[in-house]
Amino acid sequence: METVKIKNNSHSVIVEALTKKFGGFTAVNNISFRVSGGEIFGFLGANGAGKTTAIRMLCGLLMPTSGQATVAGFDVYTEYEKIKMNIGYMSQKFSLYEDLTVRENIEFYGGVYGLSRKEIREKTDYLMDYLKLWDHADDLTKSLPLGWKQRMALSTALLHDPDIIFLDEPTSGVDPVSRRNFWLLIYELAEQGKTIFVTTHFMDEAEYCHRLSIMRDGLIVELDKPGVLKKKYNAENMQDVFMKIVRGGKGQD
Amino acid sequence: MNPIIIENLYKTYGKVTAVNGVNLEVRPSEIFGLIGPDGAGKTTIIRIIVSLLNPDRGQVLFKGTPIAGNMSFVRTQVGYMPQRFSLYQDLTVEENLDFFGDLFNVPKNIQVNRKNNLYEFSRLGPFKSRRAGALSGGMKQKLALSCMLMHEPDVIVLDEPTFGVDPVSRSEFWEILKSLAKKGASILVTTAYMDEAALCDRVAFIFNGRILGMDSPDKLVSQIRDSIYLVNSDAPHLLFDRVSKSGKFKGCELFGDGVHLTDSDEAGIETIKDILNTMAVSYHKIKKIDPGLEDVFLKLMNENSL
Amino acid sequence: MNLILLSIIKKEFHHILRDPQTLTIIIFMPVMMLFLFGYAITLEMKQIETAIIDEAKSNESRAFIEQLMATDFFRITSADVKSNQIETIFKERKARCALIIPYDFSSALQRNKKVKIQLLVDASDPNAANFINNYVNQLNLKFNLKNNADVFIPFSFEPVMLYNPDLKSYYFFVPGLIAVILLLISALLTSIAIVREKERGTMEQILVSPVSPIQIIIGKTLPYTALGFLDSIIILLFGCLWFGVPLNGPVLLLGFSLILYIITGLSFGLLVSTISKTQQVAMLAALLATILPTIMLSGFIFPVASMPLIFQYLSLIVPATHFLEIIRGIMLKGIGLKELYIQLGYLFILTAFLIALSIKKFSRNLEG
Ligand SMILES: Nc1ncnc2c1ncn2[C@@H]1O[C@H](COP(=O)(O)OP(=O)(O)OP(=O)(O)O)[C@@H](O)[C@H]1O
Ligand SMILES: [Mg+2]
Repeated sequence: METVKIKNNSHSVIVEALTKKFGGFTAVNNISFRVSGGEIFGFLGANGAGKTTAIRMLCGLLMPTSGQATVAGFDVYTEYEKIKMNIGYMSQKFSLYEDLTVRENIEFYGGVYGLSRKEIREKTDYLMDYLKLWDHADDLTKSLPLGWKQRMALSTALLHDPDIIFLDEPTSGVDPVSRRNFWLLIYELAEQGKTIFVTTHFMDEAEYCHRLSIMRDGLIVELDKPGVLKKKYNAENMQDVFMKIVRGGKGQD
Repeated sequence: MNPIIIENLYKTYGKVTAVNGVNLEVRPSEIFGLIGPDGAGKTTIIRIIVSLLNPDRGQVLFKGTPIAGNMSFVRTQVGYMPQRFSLYQDLTVEENLDFFGDLFNVPKNIQVNRKNNLYEFSRLGPFKSRRAGALSGGMKQKLALSCMLMHEPDVIVLDEPTFGVDPVSRSEFWEILKSLAKKGASILVTTAYMDEAALCDRVAFIFNGRILGMDSPDKLVSQIRDSIYLVNSDAPHLLFDRVSKSGKFKGCELFGDGVHLTDSDEAGIETIKDILNTMAVSYHKIKKIDPGLEDVFLKLMNENSL
Repeated sequence: MNLILLSIIKKEFHHILRDPQTLTIIIFMPVMMLFLFGYAITLEMKQIETAIIDEAKSNESRAFIEQLMATDFFRITSADVKSNQIETIFKERKARCALIIPYDFSSALQRNKKVKIQLLVDASDPNAANFINNYVNQLNLKFNLKNNADVFIPFSFEPVMLYNPDLKSYYFFVPGLIAVILLLISALLTSIAIVREKERGTMEQILVSPVSPIQIIIGKTLPYTALGFLDSIIILLFGCLWFGVPLNGPVLLLGFSLILYIITGLSFGLLVSTISKTQQVAMLAALLATILPTIMLSGFIFPVASMPLIFQYLSLIVPATHFLEIIRGIMLKGIGLKELYIQLGYLFILTAFLIALSIKKFSRNLEG
């Protein structure tokens, strides 16, 4: 199967004082962290906390206002073209073509990433098996329920076997069974040494992450292992931790 | 009289049967949840109820009136939020709310109060004058919900209302739903969150266009006769992997930082510990728990998708 | 590189074929437009309402009148009117011109004397008036040649008529219309191609992939070129078969010029699409920016040579100016590459410039 990539090599994502302003509004405020290969890094926070904005900066979709960041060793300001070859990205809003079938979408992105026909077929088979997409391979995407769209978006993000994978709310609208399949796949990828960046509003999924960053109003207010955070906040589970952090800080302003 | 009665409903798209003989009713001032896997037919049922789709067979009675041929009656009486509701991206948060308030003919002074209440749950108050197009995904969803809630219709139909909404706002949103139901509104809602399903008065589990179970959450949960154990671990997926491959337990599912084991043989906690030890998996806690709706969901899916 | 481009092209074809409504519009709109504009612009020049004042009432005058009626050009609405009624007839718009055949028409013809037939034209529509005048001159000439061969020919013709011996205005307008319509359609085709992906959010996924702006622009141009070419074949056939416009010059060169011209339109559409924020803006911009200059500045109606100097310069950057010369040249005059390479060169430069600008303006991220 896959050759196992170097595990725990040096940091694959390094962020220093990264900031993004939209006009006068600071969406991401001076955040710093490092993520290493094989790590599942959970990106939590209330709506509007700045998760998507931060991820978009790391994927070269938005220019940071200030601060530094490298992804796979490449600078986000200048080397975004190189970053693109090394990352997979699943955006929060479904961004594949609704008027193409599942297979056509996957083949299109296979082609875009320069995969050969044979590679595309193999990868498609593997991912469609895993995510149980076969029944709908030749259905137009627009006719699919949300959960299936998410599965296919995940498969396209993984097609070219990227080392760093950004998943922005991959499991929103996905049923409990499929969510578990998503996560088994995510674990498998991490075991291959890939770096997984994932946002979610399911707090049981937060527990699956190796480390969590919790954002509030553009700032990272907590960054640690789920177990440590639960202890620190004297909480039963991550749901409680999250409630305490988000309710606590925001209150009324 | 029950505000929504669905009788023997069928709907096919080409070869696919999306709704396959569904009967259900939503009672006055209850919150009724539709749950089921992706593609089970929930959205189709909802679209038929709000007269956006015609059923192949069967009928829906909306406040006693058949919806067939009474489209405008249904549309004026129902508060409906589709799965992906688009706001006016170029209007601000407040302008969107005002627009929907006016659209539903809500008196101005009531509008002001409602807006303030809605800002509380959505936390959109500080962003009143931001254009909807510049909101984050979850903020858009919350604004859409708020727009729908600008009026208080007595029948409300919501398709995945909390899609992408953070846990804090979700719980506050459900407070609002509860209070609307208390005031007499009947609410039909779909959700992928089992903790939300547990807040419903009754829940129907839909699979392949059929209802596999319909009852109050407690009753549904009591279907699970086997004991369920929660085993916590630092590497829950490894634990899951080992245990499910061993085939020693009838059920094993990932749940957050642990797994739920189904002990169908009533072996008891000590035996389970022994079995786990022979598998050389590490865990740091094991305890018997009351099952929840998510366990029911997973069980039903396992039983039916073979 | 090639594989990426191929994937994009394939995908664009899927989009095109999956949307039969748009496809139908794309294929039938040009024909409809040609038909409508073709008649709207030329209708004036047919079935001209005519009053006849036949003072001669002889065999010859009747023969003359019959010859007039045999053409499609005149429609005699008031025969045998008195000369003092003419003004009322014009005022009531019962006729746009009147022919007065003098009482000595026959005798003068027989005596080989020059016959004066008076033509009164309602010149409130000067273009039409001018046209009628020319046409009657021509008819008169024919009549003279037949009946009075030795007579001195006192008429001259507008140069443009030289290539249009039957004086059919279609010859002149149809190629021009083809130029207008093709540019409009091709610009519209691509005007939403990129902004639509931005609005729908599909651009976000493209932008994180290694696709380069060049590949996107080229990949979106090529499939639409095929579509535009299909369009141009249909519209050309329609022009030739329905309106009877001849095709005197090299077909291959015409095909090549059409493709080049379509690409010009497509690349203009793409440029609009890369800089527009919404689909509506893009479509409106493409519509206005192609149709106005093409009609006003290209020589479609008003000859470029008779425009003020700065408009003459401006017309150089209007693609239709060059294409009009090409298509009229090939179809009507039957000229070829030797005479037209400068125009082709202009078109080529314009296209290259538009494509380069689209690539440059193409935003590589979600900013702006
Ligand atoms: N283009 C923009 N212009 C102005 N403000 C923006 C823009 N994009 C995002 N924002 C603002 O930046 C903040 C952070 O948005 P972001 O999408 O990063 O949130 P998020 O954490 O991903 O939230 P969610 O959980 O809802 O997805 C929000 O307040 C949002 O309104
Ligand atoms: Mg987000």
